[in-house]
Amino acid sequence: MNPQLFQLICFYAFSFVTVAAALSVITLRNTVHAVLALVLTFFSTACLWMLAEAEFLALALIVVYVGAVMVLFLFVVMMLDIDQEKMREGFVKFLPVGLIVALAMLAEMLGLIGVRAMHVQIMGANPATVAGMSNTAWLGRALYTQYLLPFEIAALILTVGVVAAVALTLRQRGDMRHESASQQVAVNPRDRIRIVKMASERPAGESPATPQESKP
Amino acid sequence: MITLSHYIVLGAVLFCIAVAGLFINRKNVIVLLMSIELMLLAVNTNFVAFSRFLGDVSGQVFVFFILTVAAAEAAIGLAILVLLFRNRSTINIADIDSMKG
Repeated sequence: MNPQLFQLICFYAFSFVTVAAALSVITLRNTVHAVLALVLTFFSTACLWMLAEAEFLALALIVVYVGAVMVLFLFVVMMLDIDQEKMREGFVKFLPVGLIVALAMLAEMLGLIGVRAMHVQIMGANPATVAGMSNTAWLGRALYTQYLLPFEIAALILTVGVVAAVALTLRQRGDMRHESASQQVAVNPRDRIRIVKMASERPAGESPATPQESKP
Repeated sequence: MITLSHYIVLGAVLFCIAVAGLFINRKNVIVLLMSIELMLLAVNTNFVAFSRFLGDVSGQVFVFFILTVAAAEAAIGLAILVLLFRNRSTINIADIDSMKG
Protein backbone atom coordinates (compact mmCIF):
# COMPACT_ATOMS: atom_id res chain seq x y z
CA MET A 1 0.00 0.00 0.00
CA ASN A 2 1.10 3.52 -0.68
CA PRO A 3 2.68 4.74 2.60
CA GLN A 4 1.22 8.22 2.24
CA LEU A 5 -2.25 6.82 1.78
CA PHE A 6 -1.70 4.66 4.84
CA GLN A 7 -0.64 7.75 6.81
CA LEU A 8 -3.82 9.50 5.74
CA ILE A 9 -5.98 6.56 6.79
CA CYS A 10 -4.20 6.50 10.18
CA PHE A 11 -4.74 10.23 10.54
CA TYR A 12 -8.48 9.92 9.91
CA ALA A 13 -8.79 6.95 12.27
CA PHE A 14 -6.93 8.70 15.11
CA SER A 15 -8.76 11.98 14.64
CA PHE A 16 -12.11 10.18 14.61
CA VAL A 17 -11.26 8.57 17.95
CA THR A 18 -10.03 11.91 19.29
CA VAL A 19 -13.17 13.80 18.36
CA ALA A 20 -15.49 11.04 19.55
CA ALA A 21 -13.68 10.85 22.90
CA ALA A 22 -13.71 14.64 23.26
CA LEU A 23 -17.46 14.67 22.62
CA SER A 24 -17.99 12.03 25.27
CA VAL A 25 -15.87 14.05 27.74
CA ILE A 26 -18.39 16.88 27.64
CA THR A 27 -21.55 14.76 27.44
CA LEU A 28 -21.00 11.74 29.69
CA ARG A 29 -23.14 11.66 32.81
CA ASN A 30 -20.60 10.06 35.09
CA THR A 31 -17.56 12.23 35.84
CA VAL A 32 -15.26 9.22 36.23
CA HIS A 33 -16.21 8.07 32.73
CA ALA A 34 -15.58 11.61 31.46
CA VAL A 35 -12.05 11.54 32.91
CA LEU A 36 -11.41 8.17 31.26
CA ALA A 37 -12.69 9.57 27.94
CA LEU A 38 -10.26 12.45 28.35
CA VAL A 39 -7.46 9.91 28.81
CA LEU A 40 -8.47 8.36 25.48
CA THR A 41 -8.49 11.80 23.87
CA PHE A 42 -4.95 12.49 25.07
CA PHE A 43 -3.74 9.09 23.95
CA SER A 44 -5.10 9.37 20.42
CA THR A 45 -3.81 12.94 20.17
CA ALA A 46 -0.39 11.61 21.11
CA CYS A 47 -0.73 9.18 18.20
CA LEU A 48 -1.52 12.12 15.92
CA TRP A 49 1.55 14.00 17.12
CA MET A 50 3.54 10.85 16.46
CA LEU A 51 2.25 10.99 12.86
CA ALA A 52 3.58 14.55 12.67
CA GLU A 53 6.94 13.13 13.83
CA ALA A 54 6.92 15.01 17.13
CA GLU A 55 7.94 11.88 19.02
CA PHE A 56 9.28 13.47 22.19
CA LEU A 57 6.18 15.59 22.78
CA ALA A 58 3.87 12.66 22.02
CA LEU A 59 5.58 10.54 24.66
CA ALA A 60 5.70 13.49 27.08
CA LEU A 61 1.96 13.93 26.61
CA ILE A 62 1.35 10.31 27.54
CA VAL A 63 3.76 10.30 30.48
CA VAL A 64 2.88 13.70 31.91
CA TYR A 65 -0.82 13.92 31.11
CA VAL A 66 -2.10 10.35 31.13
CA GLY A 67 0.39 9.29 33.79
CA ALA A 68 0.20 12.23 36.19
CA VAL A 69 -2.43 14.86 35.54
CA MET A 70 -5.30 12.56 34.63
CA VAL A 71 -4.53 10.28 37.57
CA LEU A 72 -4.71 13.37 39.77
CA PHE A 73 -8.10 14.18 38.22
CA LEU A 74 -9.28 10.63 38.87
CA PHE A 75 -8.14 10.83 42.49
CA VAL A 76 -10.01 14.07 43.06
CA VAL A 77 -13.16 12.88 41.30
CA MET A 78 -13.25 9.69 43.32
CA MET A 79 -12.40 11.50 46.56
CA LEU A 80 -15.19 14.05 46.31
CA ASP A 81 -18.69 12.84 46.92
CA ILE A 82 -20.55 14.49 44.05
CA ASP A 83 -24.26 14.31 43.45
CA GLN A 84 -24.23 13.36 39.78
CA GLU A 85 -27.87 14.15 39.12
CA LYS A 86 -27.73 17.63 40.60
CA MET A 87 -24.70 18.39 38.47
CA ARG A 88 -26.69 17.69 35.33
CA GLU A 89 -29.24 20.42 35.97
CA GLY A 90 -29.23 22.98 33.18
CA PHE A 91 -27.60 20.60 30.71
CA VAL A 92 -30.55 20.77 28.33
CA LYS A 93 -31.12 24.45 29.10
CA PHE A 94 -27.62 25.50 28.04
CA LEU A 95 -27.31 22.98 25.23
CA PRO A 96 -28.70 25.23 22.42
CA VAL A 97 -26.56 28.20 23.47
CA GLY A 98 -23.44 26.06 23.64
CA LEU A 99 -24.16 24.44 20.30
CA ILE A 100 -24.80 27.79 18.59
CA VAL A 101 -21.63 29.39 19.94
CA ALA A 102 -19.48 26.34 19.20
CA LEU A 103 -20.85 25.86 15.69
CA ALA A 104 -20.51 29.57 14.86
CA MET A 105 -16.89 29.53 16.05
CA LEU A 106 -16.23 26.34 14.10
CA ALA A 107 -17.74 27.81 10.92
CA GLU A 108 -15.62 30.95 11.25
CA MET A 109 -12.43 29.05 11.89
CA LEU A 110 -13.06 26.59 9.08
CA GLY A 111 -13.73 29.52 6.75
CA LEU A 112 -10.38 31.04 7.62
CA ILE A 113 -8.61 27.71 7.24
CA GLY A 114 -10.38 27.10 3.93
CA VAL A 115 -9.00 30.35 2.53
CA ARG A 116 -5.50 29.32 3.53
CA ALA A 117 -5.96 25.80 2.22
CA MET A 118 -6.32 27.09 -1.34
CA HIS A 119 -2.58 26.68 -1.71
CA VAL A 120 -2.07 23.18 -0.43
CA GLN A 121 0.74 22.87 2.09
CA ILE A 122 2.17 19.40 1.82
CA MET A 123 4.29 17.93 4.55
CA GLY A 124 7.92 18.54 3.66
CA ALA A 125 10.89 16.55 4.87
CA ASN A 126 11.17 16.16 8.62
CA PRO A 127 13.27 19.16 9.75
CA ALA A 128 14.97 17.10 12.47
CA THR A 129 16.04 14.47 9.95
CA VAL A 130 17.26 17.21 7.64
CA ALA A 131 19.39 18.57 10.49
CA GLY A 132 20.75 15.05 10.95
CA MET A 133 19.44 14.23 14.42
CA SER A 134 16.46 12.75 16.20
CA ASN A 135 13.43 14.78 17.20
CA THR A 136 14.48 14.70 20.86
CA ALA A 137 17.96 15.99 20.10
CA TRP A 138 16.51 18.66 17.83
CA LEU A 139 14.15 19.86 20.54
CA GLY A 140 16.72 19.56 23.33
CA ARG A 141 19.29 21.55 21.41
CA ALA A 142 16.89 24.48 21.12
CA LEU A 143 15.66 24.09 24.68
CA TYR A 144 19.09 24.17 26.30
CA THR A 145 20.56 26.98 24.23
CA GLN A 146 18.08 29.47 22.87
CA TYR A 147 15.34 28.80 25.43
CA LEU A 148 17.45 28.14 28.53
CA LEU A 149 15.99 30.95 30.63
CA PRO A 150 12.33 30.08 29.86
CA PHE A 151 13.20 26.45 30.61
CA GLU A 152 14.45 27.39 34.08
CA ILE A 153 11.42 29.61 34.66
CA ALA A 154 9.25 26.61 33.77
CA ALA A 155 11.02 24.63 36.50
CA LEU A 156 10.34 27.50 38.91
CA ILE A 157 6.65 27.52 37.94
CA LEU A 158 6.40 23.80 38.68
CA THR A 159 8.00 24.33 42.09
CA VAL A 160 5.60 27.16 42.88
CA GLY A 161 2.74 24.93 41.74
CA VAL A 162 3.77 22.13 44.09
CA VAL A 163 4.22 24.48 47.03
CA ALA A 164 0.90 26.19 46.36
CA ALA A 165 -1.00 22.90 46.02
CA VAL A 166 0.45 21.56 49.28
CA ALA A 167 -0.06 24.84 51.13
CA LEU A 168 -3.68 25.05 49.98
CA THR A 169 -4.68 21.54 50.99
CA LEU A 170 -2.60 21.22 54.17
CA ARG A 171 -4.92 20.95 57.13
CA GLN A 172 -3.82 21.78 60.70
CA ARG A 173 -5.69 19.38 62.92
CA GLY A 174 -6.14 20.30 66.57
CA ASP A 175 -6.26 16.77 67.94
CA MET A 176 -2.84 15.69 66.76
CA ARG A 177 0.31 15.59 68.88
CA HIS A 178 3.28 17.08 67.19
CA GLU A 179 6.62 18.40 68.32
CA SER A 180 7.77 21.97 68.02
CA ALA A 181 11.21 22.11 66.46
CA SER A 182 11.95 25.62 67.69
CA GLN A 183 11.25 24.68 71.30
CA GLN A 184 13.45 21.63 70.93
CA VAL A 185 16.34 23.66 69.62
CA ALA A 186 15.96 26.44 72.21
CA VAL A 187 16.14 24.13 75.21
CA ASN A 188 18.89 24.76 77.78
CA PRO A 189 20.72 21.76 79.29
CA ARG A 190 20.68 23.43 82.71
CA ASP A 191 16.89 23.18 82.82
CA ARG A 192 17.01 19.47 82.22
CA ILE A 193 19.85 18.05 84.31
CA ARG A 194 20.82 18.56 87.95
CA ILE A 195 24.26 17.48 89.08
CA VAL A 196 24.28 16.19 92.64
CA LYS A 197 27.55 16.03 94.61
CA MET A 198 27.59 13.30 97.20
CA ALA A 199 30.17 11.74 99.41
CA SER A 200 31.71 8.47 98.33
CA GLU A 201 30.48 5.23 99.81
CA ARG A 202 32.13 4.16 103.07
CA PRO A 203 32.18 0.80 104.86
CA ALA A 204 29.30 0.24 107.26
CA GLY A 205 29.57 1.69 110.78
CA GLU A 206 30.66 5.15 109.83
CA SER A 207 27.99 7.75 109.53
CA PRO A 208 27.42 8.68 105.88
CA ALA A 209 27.82 12.30 105.04
CA THR A 210 24.71 14.13 103.99
CA PRO A 211 24.65 14.65 100.23
CA GLN A 212 25.32 18.16 99.14
CA GLU A 213 23.33 19.55 96.34
CA SER A 214 24.86 21.98 94.03
CA LYS A 215 23.58 23.72 90.99
CA PRO A 216 26.23 24.16 88.39
CA MET B 1 -1.24 12.75 1.99
CA ILE B 2 -1.59 14.73 5.22
CA THR B 3 -1.57 18.49 4.76
CA LEU B 4 -1.36 21.33 7.25
CA SER B 5 -5.11 21.92 6.92
CA HIS B 6 -5.91 18.46 8.29
CA TYR B 7 -4.23 19.27 11.58
CA ILE B 8 -5.66 22.79 11.82
CA VAL B 9 -9.19 21.57 11.17
CA LEU B 10 -8.75 18.94 13.87
CA GLY B 11 -7.51 21.64 16.28
CA ALA B 12 -10.50 23.85 15.46
CA VAL B 13 -12.96 20.99 16.01
CA LEU B 14 -11.38 20.09 19.35
CA PHE B 15 -11.42 23.72 20.46
CA CYS B 16 -15.10 24.12 19.59
CA ILE B 17 -16.00 20.93 21.43
CA ALA B 18 -14.22 22.36 24.47
CA VAL B 19 -16.14 25.66 24.16
CA ALA B 20 -19.43 23.75 23.92
CA GLY B 21 -18.36 21.79 27.02
CA LEU B 22 -17.83 25.03 28.93
CA PHE B 23 -21.36 26.11 28.05
CA ILE B 24 -23.32 22.94 28.71
CA ASN B 25 -21.56 21.83 31.90
CA ARG B 26 -21.90 25.03 33.83
CA LYS B 27 -22.49 23.30 37.15
CA ASN B 28 -19.57 20.92 37.40
CA VAL B 29 -16.16 22.50 38.04
CA ILE B 30 -14.30 19.28 37.23
CA VAL B 31 -15.76 19.09 33.73
CA LEU B 32 -14.95 22.78 33.27
CA LEU B 33 -11.31 22.08 34.14
CA MET B 34 -11.32 19.15 31.71
CA SER B 35 -12.73 21.39 28.96
CA ILE B 36 -9.86 23.81 29.55
CA GLU B 37 -7.42 20.90 29.20
CA LEU B 38 -9.11 20.04 25.88
CA MET B 39 -8.66 23.62 24.68
CA LEU B 40 -4.97 23.53 25.54
CA LEU B 41 -4.69 20.23 23.69
CA ALA B 42 -6.23 21.78 20.57
CA VAL B 43 -3.78 24.69 20.73
CA ASN B 44 -0.89 22.29 21.23
CA THR B 45 -1.95 20.28 18.18
CA ASN B 46 -1.82 23.45 16.09
CA PHE B 47 1.63 24.28 17.45
CA VAL B 48 2.97 20.81 16.66
CA ALA B 49 1.53 20.90 13.14
CA PHE B 50 2.92 24.35 12.34
CA SER B 51 6.31 23.44 13.80
CA ARG B 52 6.44 20.35 11.59
CA PHE B 53 5.26 22.07 8.44
CA LEU B 54 7.36 25.23 8.77
CA GLY B 55 10.40 23.30 9.97
CA ASP B 56 10.78 25.54 13.02
CA VAL B 57 11.64 24.11 16.41
CA SER B 58 10.05 26.99 18.35
CA GLY B 59 6.57 25.52 18.01
CA GLN B 60 7.53 22.32 19.78
CA VAL B 61 9.37 24.26 22.48
CA PHE B 62 6.19 26.23 23.06
CA VAL B 63 4.18 23.01 23.37
CA PHE B 64 6.67 21.90 26.01
CA PHE B 65 6.12 25.08 28.03
CA ILE B 66 2.34 24.92 27.60
CA LEU B 67 2.38 21.37 28.95
CA THR B 68 4.40 22.54 31.97
CA VAL B 69 2.12 25.45 32.79
CA ALA B 70 -1.01 23.34 32.20
CA ALA B 71 0.24 20.71 34.63
CA ALA B 72 0.87 23.34 37.32
CA GLU B 73 -2.53 24.88 36.60
CA ALA B 74 -4.30 21.54 36.92
CA ALA B 75 -2.56 20.82 40.23
CA ILE B 76 -3.47 24.19 41.74
CA GLY B 77 -6.99 24.08 40.31
CA LEU B 78 -7.65 20.67 41.82
CA ALA B 79 -6.18 21.82 45.15
CA ILE B 80 -8.59 24.77 45.17
CA LEU B 81 -11.40 22.38 44.27
CA VAL B 82 -10.59 20.08 47.20
CA LEU B 83 -10.43 23.09 49.52
CA LEU B 84 -13.76 24.35 48.20
CA PHE B 85 -15.40 20.98 48.72
CA ARG B 86 -14.00 20.76 52.26
CA ASN B 87 -15.33 24.18 53.23
CA ARG B 88 -18.65 24.29 51.35
CA SER B 89 -19.39 20.57 50.76
CA THR B 90 -20.31 21.36 47.16
CA ILE B 91 -18.61 22.02 43.85
CA ASN B 92 -21.77 23.24 42.18
CA ILE B 93 -21.00 26.65 40.74
CA ALA B 94 -24.57 27.81 41.35
CA ASP B 95 -24.05 27.34 45.10
CA ILE B 96 -20.80 29.26 45.20
CA ASP B 97 -22.21 32.77 45.20
CA SER B 98 -20.98 34.26 48.46
CA MET B 99 -19.23 37.08 46.59
CA LYS B 100 -22.47 38.05 44.82
CA GLY B 101 -20.59 38.61 41.60
